[in-house]
Amino acid sequence: MTIPILLAATERSFWEWVVFLVQHNGMDFVKGAGITLLMAAVGTLIGCIIGFLVGIVQTIPIEQHDNLVKKTVLKIVRALMTAYIEIFRGTPMIVQAMVIYYGSLYVFGIDMTPMTAGFVIVSINTGAYMAESVRGGIDSIDIGQTEAAKAIGMTHFQTMLSVILPQALRNILPQIGNNLIINIKDTAVLNVIGLNELFFATKSLVGAYYQPFPGYIIACVVYFIMTFTCSRILRWYERKIDGPDSYTLAGTDHKGAPVKKRPAGMTMQLMNGTYHKQRSAMR
Amino acid sequence: MSSDNNSPVIEVRHLIKNFGKVEVLKDIDFKTYPGDVICVIGSSGSGKSTLLRCINMLEVPTGGQILFNGSNIMDKHTKVTEYRSKVGMVFQQFNLFNNMTVLQNCLTGQMKVLKRTKEQAEAKAMKYLAQVGMDPYINAKPHQISGGQKQRVAIARALAMEPDVLLFDEPTSALDPEMVGEVLEVMRELVRGGLTMIIVTHEMAFARDVSTRVVFMDKGVIAEEDTPEVIFNNPQNPRTKEFLARFMQDKD
Repeated sequence: MTIPILLAATERSFWEWVVFLVQHNGMDFVKGAGITLLMAAVGTLIGCIIGFLVGIVQTIPIEQHDNLVKKTVLKIVRALMTAYIEIFRGTPMIVQAMVIYYGSLYVFGIDMTPMTAGFVIVSINTGAYMAESVRGGIDSIDIGQTEAAKAIGMTHFQTMLSVILPQALRNILPQIGNNLIINIKDTAVLNVIGLNELFFATKSLVGAYYQPFPGYIIACVVYFIMTFTCSRILRWYERKIDGPDSYTLAGTDHKGAPVKKRPAGMTMQLMNGTYHKQRSAMR
Repeated sequence: MSSDNNSPVIEVRHLIKNFGKVEVLKDIDFKTYPGDVICVIGSSGSGKSTLLRCINMLEVPTGGQILFNGSNIMDKHTKVTEYRSKVGMVFQQFNLFNNMTVLQNCLTGQMKVLKRTKEQAEAKAMKYLAQVGMDPYINAKPHQISGGQKQRVAIARALAMEPDVLLFDEPTSALDPEMVGEVLEVMRELVRGGLTMIIVTHEMAFARDVSTRVVFMDKGVIAEEDTPEVIFNNPQNPRTKEFLARFMQDKD
């Protein structure tokens, strides 16, 4: 970062400082924000993958007729996963960051960059939360969906992949959004391992100019822009995968008047138009 | 009546099912021949649905045998998924896949389980959707259509697999009276088409009209099994008489 020599520093007003910081050190904020976003996005993505894997294993049914090996392996794996979830949900991320960053060198001799350590910490932390969300998401799908899939001959794997997980994913999208937003903010704690994200960048500037208030106000605004944009994008995506509220009847020209429900009985009538139904009324 | 020179499609021998210490099915024996339409009637809790779910292995039987075309499906070497693809099931709660459109509901099993190509699967799906009168609704999602329509799609989904036997678990019990008619009409058409069916139902008039045989279940056993004429006009078992008398009263 470039810090010009300041002469009449103390004579600037608050707003002048804000303008000054944006003009002279705007790129430092942008770079910091970039690292924050990258950290949050990658961490959430990998965290979701971990969460799905753990959540899926946690919900594999153990049945009476399964053999002993399968039962034992599943039980051990589940115990390990439960331990993982409890430990990473039960300790602060700032402490985990310290333990993993310094511990990896101390115990395993692995010298990670703050960036690598950051990805690892955010991912496994998010994974622990997501695992529980995914488990809840899978459990919330009506058992009838599973039974219908089994009844047409699908395996457990096919059932999960094409019927249960798509519905579970839709149900936990708000949770994923939550985690992304939390991660955008909480990656600030990674400044303790010297990762040059938005908070660390701001702290450095503030230290150089002795202007904490204008500096942190800018950081606040940048954080808010990032979280707000992400939450809007996620909302848009949720609506997109829900699909349209109405559907078109096959073989029509889409121009006719709305059609009433087809009367009972098997005589097929020619129908034109779009069949509208308010989703709110159906749920 | 079913032809005697054929061997049974499904044969249940000494079937037992316990939930914990509760005996839900006690030594059930019955046979289904090709072309049979068997209606299973009886009061709630008599084990009708459990029997049907055991036949499709959605419940694992505690004891006994279930033979499909002569081979025991409870044998360890039987591929349950392959067996299930030949024995369709229609549920009380429809259970359409909520993440799919009407058309996709009828495609997924064909493509994933039977490995049909998309073109083949679509042709079959459209054929059976047309048969149940739901072909205009292929783009709709399950939450956008009525209960009766959902059940008709569920029937088309099962038919698209072209099963040897189709099981119905109280297919009209979750529908209002107006919609019951449209679903029963579809089922009557399947009977006319000669499909082998086992139907658990409370629709006595329907059972009387379409069955080749009626099975009356009571407290986990088959109390009486006979032609609909005998069951509805001249039942032998006192429990059957009692049950049907109550039903006739309700109708009046």
